Amino acid sequence: MNVQAPIELTSAERAEKLQGMGCKRKRVEDIRFTQGKGNYVDDVKLPGMLFGDFVRSSHAHARIKSIDTSKAKALPGVLAVLTAADLKPLNLHYMPTLAGDVQAVLADEKVLFQNQEVAFVVAKDRYIAADAIELVEVEYEPLPVLVDPFKALEPDAPLLREDIKDKMTGAHGPRKHHNHIFFWDIGDKDGTDEAFAKADVVSKDMFTYHRVHPSPLETCQCVASMDKIKGELTLWGTFQAPHVIRTVVSLISGLPEHKIHVIAPDIGGGFGNKVGAYSGYVCAVVASIVLGVPVKWVEDRMENLSTTSFARDYHMTTELAATKDGKILAMRCHVLADHGAFDACADPSKWPAGFMNICTGSYDMPVAYLSVDGVYTNKASGGVAYRCSFRVTEAVYAIERAIETLAQRLGMDSADLRIKNFIQPEQFPYHAPLGWEYDSGNYPLAMKKAMDAVGYRALRAEQKQKQEAFKRGETRELMGIGISFFTEIVGAGPSKNCDILGVAMFDSAEIRIHPTGSIIARMGTKSQGQGHETTYAQIIATELGIPADDIMIEEGNTDTAPYGLGTYGSRSTPTAGAATAVAARKIKAKAQMIAAHLLEVHEGDLEWDVDRFRVKGLPEKFKTMKEIAWASYNSPPPNLEPGLEAVNYYDPPNMTYPFGAYFCVMDIDVDTGVAKTRRFYALDDCGTRINPMIIEGQVHGGLTEAFAVAMGQEIRYDEQGNVMGASFMDFFLPTAVETPKWETDYTVTPSPHHPIGAKGVGESPHVGGVPCFSNAVNDAFAFLNAGHIQMPHDAWRLWKVGERLGLHV
Amino acid sequence: MIPGSFDYHRPKSVADAVALLVKLGEDARPLAGGHSLIPMMKTRLATPEHLVDLRAIGDLKGIREEGGDIVIGAMTTQHTLIGSDLLAAKLPIIRETSLLIADPQIRYMGTIGGNAANGDPGNDMPALMQCLGASYELTGPNGVRRVAAREFYQAAYFTALETGEILTAIRIPVPPVGHGYAYEKLKRKIGDYATAAAAVVLTMSGGKCTSASIGLTNVADTPLWAEEAANALVGTALDKAALDKAVALAEAITSPAADGRGPAEYRTKMAGVMLRRAAERAKSRAKN
Repeated sequence: MNVQAPIELTSAERAEKLQGMGCKRKRVEDIRFTQGKGNYVDDVKLPGMLFGDFVRSSHAHARIKSIDTSKAKALPGVLAVLTAADLKPLNLHYMPTLAGDVQAVLADEKVLFQNQEVAFVVAKDRYIAADAIELVEVEYEPLPVLVDPFKALEPDAPLLREDIKDKMTGAHGPRKHHNHIFFWDIGDKDGTDEAFAKADVVSKDMFTYHRVHPSPLETCQCVASMDKIKGELTLWGTFQAPHVIRTVVSLISGLPEHKIHVIAPDIGGGFGNKVGAYSGYVCAVVASIVLGVPVKWVEDRMENLSTTSFARDYHMTTELAATKDGKILAMRCHVLADHGAFDACADPSKWPAGFMNICTGSYDMPVAYLSVDGVYTNKASGGVAYRCSFRVTEAVYAIERAIETLAQRLGMDSADLRIKNFIQPEQFPYHAPLGWEYDSGNYPLAMKKAMDAVGYRALRAEQKQKQEAFKRGETRELMGIGISFFTEIVGAGPSKNCDILGVAMFDSAEIRIHPTGSIIARMGTKSQGQGHETTYAQIIATELGIPADDIMIEEGNTDTAPYGLGTYGSRSTPTAGAATAVAARKIKAKAQMIAAHLLEVHEGDLEWDVDRFRVKGLPEKFKTMKEIAWASYNSPPPNLEPGLEAVNYYDPPNMTYPFGAYFCVMDIDVDTGVAKTRRFYALDDCGTRINPMIIEGQVHGGLTEAFAVAMGQEIRYDEQGNVMGASFMDFFLPTAVETPKWETDYTVTPSPHHPIGAKGVGESPHVGGVPCFSNAVNDAFAFLNAGHIQMPHDAWRLWKVGERLGLHV
Repeated sequence: MIPGSFDYHRPKSVADAVALLVKLGEDARPLAGGHSLIPMMKTRLATPEHLVDLRAIGDLKGIREEGGDIVIGAMTTQHTLIGSDLLAAKLPIIRETSLLIADPQIRYMGTIGGNAANGDPGNDMPALMQCLGASYELTGPNGVRRVAAREFYQAAYFTALETGEILTAIRIPVPPVGHGYAYEKLKRKIGDYATAAAAVVLTMSGGKCTSASIGLTNVADTPLWAEEAANALVGTALDKAALDKAVALAEAITSPAADGRGPAEYRTKMAGVMLRRAAERAKSRAKN
C-alpha cells in the first residue's frame, strides 16, 4: 500500500484535486436528494408501527368542561386516546421549554390558542386516526380572548396562564402582571437618557416585525420506538439539535441517557422550526412506552404553520439621537415581545430576547439602552430564530429602518448617513455599547464596493426624475431604493455567554482516518440542507491532504456522533467547523511524527506540502498522508499508539460577526400596490469562504425567504384568535416566478479567532434582506411623507398606503 | 389533511356515469381534475362517500368547431386548451386565461369542465364563459339540456346542476374575426386564485366600440357578467371617460369577501383596475 501520487503534479495541481476549501465543490448530498433517495423521518417504517394524531382546540381561549373519548376508542383500529388526565400521573402533562417556562403537552383544563393539542389519538394508520379525531367530543366554555399584545398588560386583561398565576417570579426575574413573562434590559439607561436630552435631533418610530413562520417544506415529525425488553428508546425525528433532544428526553422521562438513541435522518429544511421540543414528540414517546410498539407522528401543513414555533412578533419602539450633521449619539429601544401562550422561545437560556442587543448594528455610538417586555397572548408559542441568529433579524430590522427614518428627518442621504457612522476597520475588536465584542470587519470597503456595483448615485438621480414624472401624472409607478448594511452575530456560542438548559453551547468533531487513507468524520451539528457533508469534507481535505471525495461526513446519530448542540443560528461553521479544523490539526501533528519516523529525519526537518510531509530542501523525499495513514496502524513509531484519529470539543472564544451591504431597486404600481423588484444586489462578508457555490446557494435561499417575509408572509389572527391563512394558499411561499433575480458579491474579512477564519453565512441574507426590501418599499413612498410603513408589504397594504396618501384620485 | 373514506368509481361512458350518480345520489360527487375537490376532501370540508371519476370517458375530451360554435368536451385539460391551434385562431382568450390558471403541473390535470362546474367563484373559466356567452351541456337521466353560463351560477358552489347531472360540454359562439380580447388577473403568486380578474371581448369599427362583453372573477360569490359596464363601452372610442364609467358600473356590482388577498374595498377596486387594463389591451388588439 505504498501508492504515491504521480510526481509530475505540481503542488497547485494536487491541491486542486483535493477539492478543499475555496473550491466550488458540487454538493455530494444532492445525488440522493435529486433522485428521491433521501431518507426522511416519514420514510421510517417499522413493523407494527402505529400512527398518532392530535385533537386540536377550535377555540383560542376556553375552559375544557369535558372530553369524551369513548366513541373514538370504540372505533376499530384505535388503540389509545391520551388526554392531559392520562399524562398527569406521569407528570408529563407539562414539559419544560427552552426559555424556562413550561408548556402544556396536552391542554390541561383550558386551551390557550387555537389548534392547541387537546388529545392524542393512536391508531393503526393515519386514516383511522383522522377519523377518530372527529369522534372525540370536547365541550368548551369560551373565555375572553387576548390577541393584541399591547392590551396584555392592561389591569383587566384576561388571565391566560392560570397554572402560574401565583408565580410572580419567572425564569428571568419578577413578573409585573399575570400576562407578563419577563422584563430584560441592557445598556446604560441614564447615559442614554442624557445623550438624548442633549441631541439636536431625536428620531423615533415604532417598527413592528410581524409574526411569521419558518415553514420548512418537511413538517415536524418523529417515530418513537420503545424496546421494553432492553429498556431502550429509539427516537427518529426532525431534530436540528439531536443531542439536546436526547438529554431533554432523558431528563423528562427518567430513562438513562445511554438507553436513548436519538436519530435525525435527512431533514427537509428547519430554519429554526425544528429546534424546540413539541407535544408530538412527547406523546409519541409516551404512547410507544405505554403500548410497546413504534408510534409515528407527522404534522400536516396547517398544524405546522399554526402550532409549532412561529418567529418574530416584535414591536420595537426605536429611537436614535443625533447631531444635526448626522453623527449618531445614542440609541434607545423598547421591545414589546408577543410570545404567545407559553414562553417557548428558542434562545440560549440567559438571553430571553436572544441577541437583540446587537441592535446598534454597524454603527459606532457611545451609548445605548435596550429593554424588552415579554407578554402572553392567546396565540401559538414559539419565537424561534427563523433563518437568523437569535432575534438578530429583529435587531437589524430596527436599526436599519431607524437609520432610514433618521436620514429622512435630517434631510440626508441614508447611504451617506451610514458611511458617516460606520465602525471603522481600525476599531476592531470593537466593544459595542450593548455588550458584544465585534471580532472584525471592514464596513467602508464593503459599502463602497456595493455602491459602485449598483451605481448608487445614478439610481438616486433616476429616482428623482421618476418622482417628478409621477407628480406630473406621467407614470403610476414609484421607484424605491433599499439599503441594508447589517452586522450579524453568529456561532453561539462561548460557554461564558451561552447555554441551553445548562448545556454549554460548544460543538464537536471526531475524525478517523482509515488505514487506506480515507476518512469518516462525525460532528455534533445536523444539516437540514446546508450541505455539511460537502463543506466539512472540504475543511478536512485542505487540513489533511486527503481528497474530499474520500471523506464521509456523518451527523444526526447520537450513538455515534460526538455531543454537540446542533445546527441553527449559523453556528455550524463557527463551532463544529472550528472543531473540525482543530481535530484535523491534532491528526496532522501525529502524522508529522509518523512521517519523521518513516523518513528518518527530525520532525522539525519536515514541511507540509498540500497532501504530504516532505523533507525541507529535499522535495523528492516525502510521505503522503495516505502513506502515513497506513503506517499509523501498521508501523507506527515505537512508543506511539497505533491509529490516526482525533476528537475536538470546541468552545468558541467569541461569536463571529458576518456583515454585508445589500441594495434593492423596486418599482411599485400605485394602482394595484404590486411591487416589482427590479434589482437586488447582495455583498456578503462571511470571512474565509469554504465553498463559494454553497455560499451563493445559501444567499439565494436566505434572500428568497427575506423577500417572502418582507413582502407577504404573515401568521395573522382575527379578534377571536382564529389563526388566518395557515396554509400555502395564503402563507406566502414564493415560487421561482415571484422570486427576484439575485446578484451576489463578497469581500473577505477573516475572523481573527476562528481556526480557519470562517464566520457563518446561512442566515446573513435573511437578516440583511428583510430590511433591504422594507427600506425599498418605504423609500418609494418617502418623498410623499408616508411615515414608516409596516410589513408585510403585500399588494393590498401598499395600495392602502396609496389610498391614505390620496394617490388614487 | 387526511380525507375520510370513500368508494372510487371509474365509469367508461357518460351513461354509466349518470347512472352511477343517480343511484348514489347526494353521497356521490363527480371527479374531474380534482384540484378543487380533493383539497376540500383533505380538509374534510367535503366528505363524499363516492367519487365518480370521469377521466376514463373518452367522449368528454376534445375541441371541435360545430356550426358557428366551438364545442369543448368537459374533460379537456387546460394543458390541451393552451396547445389547441383551433382555439388559438378562433378564441385566443381561452389560451390567455388558461395560462393564468395555477401552474403547468395542475394544468395537466385541471379541466375546463371541472373549473366551470364546481361553482367556485375563484375559478377563472366561469367569468370567461359568461363573457363569451357560452352555454353548458348538462347530461342527466333525462337526457341533455343546455344552460347559459350567465344563468348557471347561483351562489358559491351552488349551480344549476341537478343531482345526477354532469357538465359534459361547453359550447361557445365564435366571436367575430378581428375581435379584441384580454384576460387580466391580479394574483399574489403562481397558483393563487384571483384577487380580482376581468375578461373583456369587444369589437371596434371606425374607431368606435361596436360590441363589448365583460366577465369578472372572484369579486362576488358567483362570477359576474358586467352587462351594464359593457354597454357603457359600446359606441365610445374607449376613451378615459368611457372606461371610467364602465369601471364604476362594474365596481358597483361587486361584493367580494375580505380575505388574505385584501379587504373588500381593495378587491372591488382591483376589479376596476383589471377591467380598465383588459379593456385597453383588448382595444389595442381589435382590428378596426
